Amino acid sequence: MAIRVFLLLLLFLSSAIVSFSLYEDQAGLADWHQRYIGKVKHAVFHTQKTGRKRVIVSTEENVVASLDLRHGEIFWRHVLGTKDAIDGVGIALGKYVITLSSEGSTLRAWNLPDGQMVWETALSSAHHSKSLLSVPINLKVDKDYPITVFGGGYLHAVSAIDGEVLWEKDFTAEGFEVQRVLQPLGSTVIYVLGFVNLSEAVVYQIDSKIGEVVAQKSMVFPGGFSGEISSVSSDKVVVLDSKKSILVTIGFIDGDISFQKTPVSDLVENSGNAEILSPLLSNMLAVKVNKRTIFVKVGGEGKLEVVDSLSDETAMSDSLPVADDQEAFASVHHEGSKIHLMVKLVNELDNVLLRETIQMDQHRGRVHKVFMNNYIRTDRSNGFRALIVMEDHSLLLLQQGAIVWSREEGLASVTDVTTAELPVEKDGVSVAKVEHTLFEWLKGHVLKLKGSLLLASPEDVVAIQELRVKSSGKNKLTRDHNGFRKLILALTRAGKLFALHTGDGRIVWSMLLKSQACERPNGISLYQWQVPHHHAMDKNPSVLVVGRCGSDSSAPGVLSFVDVYTGKKITSSDIGHSVVQVLPLPFTDSTEQRLHLIADTVGHVHLYPKTSEALSIFQREFQNIYWYTVGADDGIIRGHVMKSSCSGETADEYCFTTRELWTVVFPSESEKIISTLTRKPNEVVHTQAKVNTDQDLLYKYVSRNLLFVATVSPKGAGEIGSVTPEESSLVVYLIDTITGRILHRLSHQGCQGPVHAVFSENWVVYHYFNLRAHKYEVTVVEIYDQSRAENKNVWKLILGKHNLTAPITSYSRPEVFTKSQSYFFAQSVKTIAVTSTAKGITSKQLLIGTIGDQILALDKRFVDPRRTLNPSQAEKEEGIIPLTDSLPIIPQSYVTHSHRVEGLKGIVTAPSKLESTTHVFAYGVDLFYTRLAPSKTYDSLTDDFSYALLLITIVALVAAIYITWALSEKKELSEKWR
Amino acid sequence: MTQIIRSSPVLAFIGLQICFIFFASTLTCTSGSEDSYTITGRVKIPPSNVIGHTAKFSNVKVLLNGGLKITFLRPDGYFTFHKVPAGTHLIEVSAMGYFFSPVRVDVSARHRGKVQATLIETRRSLTEMVLEPLKEEQYYEIREPFNVMNIVKSPMGLMVGFMVVVVFLMPKLMENIDPEEMKQAQEEMRRQGVPSLTSLLPGAGASR
Repeated sequence: MAIRVFLLLLLFLSSAIVSFSLYEDQAGLADWHQRYIGKVKHAVFHTQKTGRKRVIVSTEENVVASLDLRHGEIFWRHVLGTKDAIDGVGIALGKYVITLSSEGSTLRAWNLPDGQMVWETALSSAHHSKSLLSVPINLKVDKDYPITVFGGGYLHAVSAIDGEVLWEKDFTAEGFEVQRVLQPLGSTVIYVLGFVNLSEAVVYQIDSKIGEVVAQKSMVFPGGFSGEISSVSSDKVVVLDSKKSILVTIGFIDGDISFQKTPVSDLVENSGNAEILSPLLSNMLAVKVNKRTIFVKVGGEGKLEVVDSLSDETAMSDSLPVADDQEAFASVHHEGSKIHLMVKLVNELDNVLLRETIQMDQHRGRVHKVFMNNYIRTDRSNGFRALIVMEDHSLLLLQQGAIVWSREEGLASVTDVTTAELPVEKDGVSVAKVEHTLFEWLKGHVLKLKGSLLLASPEDVVAIQELRVKSSGKNKLTRDHNGFRKLILALTRAGKLFALHTGDGRIVWSMLLKSQACERPNGISLYQWQVPHHHAMDKNPSVLVVGRCGSDSSAPGVLSFVDVYTGKKITSSDIGHSVVQVLPLPFTDSTEQRLHLIADTVGHVHLYPKTSEALSIFQREFQNIYWYTVGADDGIIRGHVMKSSCSGETADEYCFTTRELWTVVFPSESEKIISTLTRKPNEVVHTQAKVNTDQDLLYKYVSRNLLFVATVSPKGAGEIGSVTPEESSLVVYLIDTITGRILHRLSHQGCQGPVHAVFSENWVVYHYFNLRAHKYEVTVVEIYDQSRAENKNVWKLILGKHNLTAPITSYSRPEVFTKSQSYFFAQSVKTIAVTSTAKGITSKQLLIGTIGDQILALDKRFVDPRRTLNPSQAEKEEGIIPLTDSLPIIPQSYVTHSHRVEGLKGIVTAPSKLESTTHVFAYGVDLFYTRLAPSKTYDSLTDDFSYALLLITIVALVAAIYITWALSEKKELSEKWR
Repeated sequence: MTQIIRSSPVLAFIGLQICFIFFASTLTCTSGSEDSYTITGRVKIPPSNVIGHTAKFSNVKVLLNGGLKITFLRPDGYFTFHKVPAGTHLIEVSAMGYFFSPVRVDVSARHRGKVQATLIETRRSLTEMVLEPLKEEQYYEIREPFNVMNIVKSPMGLMVGFMVVVVFLMPKLMENIDPEEMKQAQEEMRRQGVPSLTSLLPGAGASR
C-alpha cells in the first residue's frame, strides 16, 4: 500500500509542470542584479542650491541616466534602441533633460526628477551627418528660448516646453554643415556658422522667432578645412586646414567673416600634424601636436600664442565660469600610480586654484574624459568636483582629494564570459565557524519556520534574510561542496578582465590587458587555458585572453595568460599574426595546458602553447584535425584540413598550412546565411538512448561536428514589415562539419529572421518570424540515429549481435531521421540558451531572453516533437504535455523575476557540482546571476527545509511515546490491582 | 504549481470595450510624406493598487519590429513611431508586471498611411490604437496563508499522522482480536524467540 502511495506521489510530482518559481522573500538569496550605464560620453551637472544634486549622463551603450552625485547611484535611466545613439544631452528650462539621438533626427525631453518622457519630436533629416544640439542656458525659467538642432542637413528650432518644431531650415541643397550656433543673450537673432564642402565658411543670421534668414555672409578658404573645430569665444572659432598644418581663426562679429591664418610651425618648432582637442576653453584652445598638448591663447585680433604645454597623457575638461568673469578648467595627468587633478584659471595659467593628488588603481588605465563642476563652499570660496572617465570605462567622482564614488561601467559591455573554480580550502584554514550555540541555531530555525508559515512580522523577515545570507557562507572565496561558489570571468570591450563572485557579484579582481605592440588591445574572447586537477597538481588554473590591436580583423593579436586565483598576468605575447578563429583542441599536455589553434587571415594556423611537447601531441593527431569557416557575405561554408608545416615560407615550426576539404555553397540569389550555431564543446550528454512510451528505443544522434545553419531569401534579411510572405522563406540545415554532408534540410515558407537558436545534445530549437500568421514561431528539430535503431532486442545485446561497439566515423554516411514540431511564441527574442548540468541527467530548460529584457525559463518538455493533441495514458505518465499551438509564458518562470537585464546580449550557463543545479549568468548593460534547478533540487534539501519542524516533530514523537508508555504502565498496574 | 488565469483575456476585453466609450476621441492618426508614415497609439494600464502607477509608467517601452525602434510613453500614455514605411509591422509593449499582446499593424500605402491594428493573441482588430494589458503578471509565488492542512500534508505532518494512527487506532484494532487468538500468537512468538535479522534472511532460515 505504502509503495503504491509512494508511486502515486512520484507520478504526481513528475507529471506536474515544474517551473522555476520563487517566493518574494527568496528574491536576492541565490541571485544578484547589477545595474550599469556604460562608458559616459556626455555629462551635464545639475547642482541647484536646493534639491538633490545629480549628474545627467549619456553613454556609448545608448543610455541616458540621472546619477546621484553623492553616492553614484542611478536615480533613473533609459536604454534607447541599439540604433538610437545619443549625440547630445542638455538641460532645458531647469526641469527637462533633452537628448538628441539617431544622428540628429530624434529629440526627446525627460522629466528631470523621475525620468518620465515628456515629449518626443521626430526631426526631418535627409542624409547622415554630424549632428549638433544647442540648448540655451536661460536664466529666466518662464521665458522659452528655442532649442536649436542641426542634423541631416536641416536646422530646427524646437520649443522646449512641448517639443513643437517652431521652424525648420533646409540646407540640404547647399550642402551646408552647421558647426556652431550662437545665441547672444537677449537677442532674437542667432548666428549659425558652418562650412560648405569644407572649403567655404558661411554665417547665417537667423531670426530665432520665425526662422527667417536676416543676413548671410560667406567666404571661401582656398586650402579647405579639416572639419576639426573649436570655438574659443562667442564670436570666434579656430579650425585646422585640410593639411592639418595651419590654424585658421574665423571671426564672425556681427555677421562679418574674417580669416586669420597661423601655421602650427610658428607656434611649435618641427611640428607634425596637429589635432584640435575637444575641450572648450574660453579664449583658448588645446592642440595636440608632436605628442604634446599645447595651450594656445587667442588674442583679441585672432592672434595666437602658445601659453603652456603639457605631456600627451593629459585629459582636460571644458572651461567653466567661476566668479567675476573668470573661467577655470580641470586637467588630469598621470604620474606613476597617482593622478594629479589641477584646476586652473584660463586667463592665468599659473594661478592654480586646486591641486590634488589621488592614488589610482593601475588597472583603470589612463583618464579619458574629465567633466568639471564647481560649488560654493560654506566659506564662499569655490570648490570643485570632477567626474572622470577612465580607459577601462569606469566612472569616478573626485572631490576634496579623494574618490567619492566609482562605478565599474566597463561591465556594461561584456564581450565574452567563462567560469572558473575557486581555490580549495586549505587545511588549517578554519572551516565555516560552527553554529554559535544550540539556542541560537534553534532560534534561527524557529524564525525560518515562522516565515514559511506566514507568521513572521516584518522585523522577523529582515532577520531571516540576514540569517540566510550569513549561514549560507555564500560569499567565501573558497570552493564549496555543491559548487555554488564560482568565479565568473567577464571580458569587456575595453579590454579588462573581471572576476565576479557568484555569491554576491562583487569584483574579486580585475585586470587591464596590456601589450607592447599597441597602446590598448581590445578584448575578443576567453578560453580555458589550464585547468589542473587539484589533487594531481598544485598549480593555479589559468585562462587565455585573446585580444587584438585595433578593430580590424587583420590587426595583430595579443595573447594573455591570466592566473584565475590571483588575477595576475602570467605571460602575455604579441603573436605577430592576426586572429580570425580560435579552436580549442581536445588535447592537453602533461601540465594540463589545452592545445589551441589560432587561424589567421592568410590561411595559416598557429599552434599554442609553443612547446615541443604540444607539437608532438599535435603531430600525432595531425590527420584528424578539421575545422570550418563560415563566409556569411559570399554564402559559402568551407571545411578545412591540415596540410603541412609552413616551414617553406617561415621558420616557424608551430605554423601550419591548410587546404580546403569541402564547400557548401548557398545560391546567393535565393539564400543568405543569417545564423550559424554548433553545440557547446564541453556539454555532457548523459545517455544516448531514449526510451519511448511503447518500450521502443530511440538513439540520439549525438555528434560534436554538427553545424546548424539558417538562411533566408535576400529580401527577407531586412526588418519585419519590409517583405510580404510570398517573398521570403527561411531554410535551416544541419551540416556535418567533417564531411560537409547536409544531414537535414527544412524550409519554412513565408518566414524570415532574425533567427535565434540553441543547440544541445541532439536537438536544435530556433525562433523566427512567421509572416503569414504574423507571429513568432519556435521550431524544434530532434535528430536520431537510424543505424542503431535495430539494437533494441535484449537477446541481440546478450549475444553480441549489436553494432553498439562499431566505431563511429564521420566518413560513413549516417542514417539519421529527424522529428520536428513548431509552436507560436508571443514575444520577440534576443537570445536563447539552455541549462547545463554536471552529468546531463537533469532535464533541460530553455532560457529565453525576451525583448523586455527578461529571461524566461521554459521546460524542454514544451518543445518536444512527441507532443500530440491527445496523449495516451502512458504518454501522460511519461510527462508528455498535450500539444498546444503556442508556448506558454508563465510569469512565475521568469528567472529574472522583477528585474530587467537592460540591453540583454547573452546568457551563459555553467554546471555546478550538484547535478540538479546550474549557474545562469546574463549580461548586457546590466548583469544578472542566479542558480537554477530545472527539476527542483531533488538531490539536496532546499534552503526552505525546516529543520526546526523536523526537530519539533521528533521531540513531540518521543514525548508522545513516553507519555503513552507511562499511561499504559499505569493502566496495566491498575488492571493488575483489580 | 503555477496557473494561468484563463479568465483575464475576457476581463481585458470588457475593459477594452469600456475604454472605447471613454476614449472614443483617441486617434490612430497618420500623416507623412511619400513613403514614411507615423503610428500613434496609447497604452492604458489600469491603476494598480499594489505598486505605484506612475512609477511603472515611466519604465514602459514600446517596441516596433522586434526592437528595431524603441519609444517611450508620454505622461498621458501616448506613443508615436515616426518614419515608418508602409507594410505590415509588429508592435510590442514591454512593461514589468503586465503581459501585452503583440499588435499587428498594417500601414497602407494606398490609403495614405491608414493604420489597421490587430491584437495577435486574441485576433481582435482594434478600431482605436489603445493597448491594454491582457493580464497582470505576478513574478513570485504567493505564499499560502497559514493552514492546518498544509502542516498535515507536509512529510512531517504525515509522520505525526501515521504515529497517531498507530498509537490510537491500533489498540482499537487489537481490542477486536479475540483474546484467545492473541494469546496463541503471543505464545508462538515466545517459542520462536526474538526474531533476529538472521532468521529473516532466507539463507539463514534454510541452514537451521
